[in-house]
Amino acid sequence: MAGIPHDHYEPRTGFEKWLHERLPIVSLAYDTLMIPTPKNLNWMWIWGIVLAFALVLQIVTGVILAMHYTPEVSMAFDSVEHIMRNVNAGWAIRYVHQNGASLFFFAVYLHIFRGLYYGSYKAPREVTWIIGMLIYLVMMATAFMGYVLPWGQMSFWGATVITGLFGAVPGIGEALQTWLLGGPAVDNATLNRFFSLHYLLPFILVALVVVHIWAFHTTGNNNPTGVEVRRGSKEEVKKDTLPFWPYFVVKDLFALGVVLIGFFIVVYFQPGYLGDPINYVEADPLVTPPHIVPEWYFLPFYAILRAFTADVAIVQFTSFITGGIIDAKFFGVLAMFGAIVVMALVPWLDTSRVRSGRYRPSFKWWFWLLALDFVVLTWAGSQPPEGIVPAVSLYASAYWFAYFLVILPLLGVLEKPKPVPATIEEDFDAHYPPKDAKASAAE
Amino acid sequence: MMKQSMFAALLALVLGAGAAFAEEDKKKEEGGYPKAYTKDYAFSFEGPFGKYDPFQLQRGLQVYTQVCAACHGLRQVAFRNLGDPGGPQMEPDQVKAFARLFEVPDDSEEAEPGDTRPGKPADKFPDVTTAGAPDLSLMAKARAGFKGPYGSGMAQLFKGMGGAEYIASILTGYTGEEKEEVGSVIYRNTAFPSGWIAMPPPLTEGMVEYLGQGEPTVEEMAVDVAAFLMWTAEPKLNQRKRTGFLVVGFLILLTTLLYLSNKQLWAKPKRKA
Repeated sequence: MAGIPHDHYEPRTGFEKWLHERLPIVSLAYDTLMIPTPKNLNWMWIWGIVLAFALVLQIVTGVILAMHYTPEVSMAFDSVEHIMRNVNAGWAIRYVHQNGASLFFFAVYLHIFRGLYYGSYKAPREVTWIIGMLIYLVMMATAFMGYVLPWGQMSFWGATVITGLFGAVPGIGEALQTWLLGGPAVDNATLNRFFSLHYLLPFILVALVVVHIWAFHTTGNNNPTGVEVRRGSKEEVKKDTLPFWPYFVVKDLFALGVVLIGFFIVVYFQPGYLGDPINYVEADPLVTPPHIVPEWYFLPFYAILRAFTADVAIVQFTSFITGGIIDAKFFGVLAMFGAIVVMALVPWLDTSRVRSGRYRPSFKWWFWLLALDFVVLTWAGSQPPEGIVPAVSLYASAYWFAYFLVILPLLGVLEKPKPVPATIEEDFDAHYPPKDAKASAAE
Repeated sequence: MMKQSMFAALLALVLGAGAAFAEEDKKKEEGGYPKAYTKDYAFSFEGPFGKYDPFQLQRGLQVYTQVCAACHGLRQVAFRNLGDPGGPQMEPDQVKAFARLFEVPDDSEEAEPGDTRPGKPADKFPDVTTAGAPDLSLMAKARAGFKGPYGSGMAQLFKGMGGAEYIASILTGYTGEEKEEVGSVIYRNTAFPSGWIAMPPPLTEGMVEYLGQGEPTVEEMAVDVAAFLMWTAEPKLNQRKRTGFLVVGFLILLTTLLYLSNKQLWAKPKRKA
């Protein structure tokens, strides 16, 4: 697309020329598919295709499920069982959709952490990053509402807890919560509107993904060295890149195959592993489950939400200086959303002139600590808030914020980076020496 | 290299925790009673090659009908499902005769509210709510028997989800001790989370006789009815695992072809660089 010189589509047949004058769609498809892509991309660049596949998979299975599902409180749970028992292959479609959400988030976390490590968020790719963060937010909203639809115990009570958070907003909170729920508590109005929005948001996701791809096609992909593709001429471009089709389409499809083997092993042999058994009990507003826990992909944020209790120093301080307006509950909500906001702001918080973590020795340690922190937060979110869990949640949450707000800004200034390769070609040749060098080595 | 050692360390941590799962379930807690635990029974449907034993499902159906159906409904299951492949595999005339044993609400035009009629294969098992006992259709999936140590999920991965084991453990977990609390009697049970369950021990030896096989023990009845309830919760299990082998097998083939294609495609840029 814009910026990287490459051969463009030339309509040849009569029909191609006719169409090209009226709607240059073949040209658009050609340029998108043939875009020069850095030839040194490693296996952490495959997650984009996994995500695109997961989105299509969820939409296809979701639309089919919606043909048999009833979004009404007395019938929802039974309609899902009807799908599992009576609809031809309904059990398979339901299990694929249910676990497909987990696949989606598994891929998105690896995709995001790839971006964090290789500095893919840095200029000129800030807009790609922001759109990515929006995609992530819409994914979370979609997944949250989707989980409510089967109307199990966890569907109902998870919805009650999370919509209750909106009630924490000072002043307008209660009105806001009632407006969202369509009533004083989670009930039919809530279920019905969640179904409507759950059907709508994935199509907004498709639009956001199109803009996301448009954005990184404009800047060009990042690569493991963080060094930009040379754009002086088409010949220079060919030294650093390979066309996306066929090289990266085939590579990505192979990687997708490996991922799907793992995915379908889960779907067909352990479909309930990632879920909470209590969601197989129909929702009962009069019986609260002993532990209310979201699906695994929300656990880190759940841990951050619960970490800031009334006895924590910073919560007490904030409550004091705001005259009690920001209490522990609202602080937790702000921290939970804040965790995503600080991640979205990373293009401006990271001061390093070196893009890729490969050449930043100090950064590597802090980054892997962040990855471990994410795992620790996931675990903490799954546990009842007793014993060591509150303390662990607090320290782990503190590190998350410290990484983005303190460590990254300081590292850029204090760190001494390693030398960066001059070109992508140089990096690629170092891994795959040219034939004559190999031949002479063999002799 | 560093990525590898970091992942190795994390894996070691998780597997080390996994080694502890045998002990974690049996920790003593305050009050002098050990923490609730689930026994690991070997069911025919466990593992990737597992499937239901139709005769065990028929015995379980008998236990359910003669013992449990008095208080517990099975509202998600239709009588016709008893003839479906992968289940108890009753013959069509057996299913019809079995359905007639039950009285279902009469929904015909001449019927008064509250009228009942004998069941037909299309009808579902009755939804029993009078005893305050939960419906059993999904009970085997609604309970987890083996919770991973410290939330790691390792026990579930290696020993199975455990719902059926939980049911069998409850039925065999009565110690005989009982006490009265706020006007009702509760019974000591080693598998129930709080240690005291409201359901009186339902199984005693001699209450069911298996045709041609004599009287089963409490444990045999418990295991049979637990297997039956696993089927009511997951009737498509046999088909699911069979399809799983086809799907994963196909993907392994396809991925191998893609691997070879990718290798061939990249040979040129990688060798000539």
